[in-house]
Amino acid sequence: MTKIDIIQDVYEKLGFSKKDAARIVESVFDIIKDSLARGEKIKISGFGNFSVKEKKSRRGRNPQTGSEIEISARKVLTFKSSQVLRKALNG
Amino acid sequence: MTKKELIKRVHERIEDYPAKDVSYAIHVIFDAMARALKKGERIELRGFGNFTIRRRRPILGRNPRTTDIVHVPERKIPFFKVGKELKDMINSSGDM
Repeated sequence: MTKIDIIQDVYEKLGFSKKDAARIVESVFDIIKDSLARGEKIKISGFGNFSVKEKKSRRGRNPQTGSEIEISARKVLTFKSSQVLRKALNG
Repeated sequence: MTKKELIKRVHERIEDYPAKDVSYAIHVIFDAMARALKKGERIELRGFGNFTIRRRRPILGRNPRTTDIVHVPERKIPFFKVGKELKDMINSSGDM
């Protein structure tokens, strides 16, 4: 499934024009992206939560050469699926 | 941000449709995604990331309190891999 399939679904179920269906789908993901970039947590009930976690810098090794390198501090995005979704997948 | 706040913010951008329709559209979006995952399909959202299904193998565990053997069957877990654009956005947002 890609964004096009989602747009098609919105188009068929809502009677928006194709263009507006695309606009709304793009807006949804843009707004989620902007919020995550600001470090905000996103909670979508029935689907899951997205949150940004800060990782401290640590020493690592280049697995190919074995040389020690510094892994810099960074932020990572984690997704925790909702229990409702996990139950549906395993039902 | 919850789904409710998301609806509000999307509606601020698309004012020519009633909030009710925006709310329903957002419901349709996540419902479509959940249904795709249920079918075992992967979801690819360019610039955002991909959702895939990963399998957790069955385990024969023990309840640590009662020491009873519990059988945990194979499970499917939705997995999200962040896309490059979003990953960069998150890391370039200054204040570390």
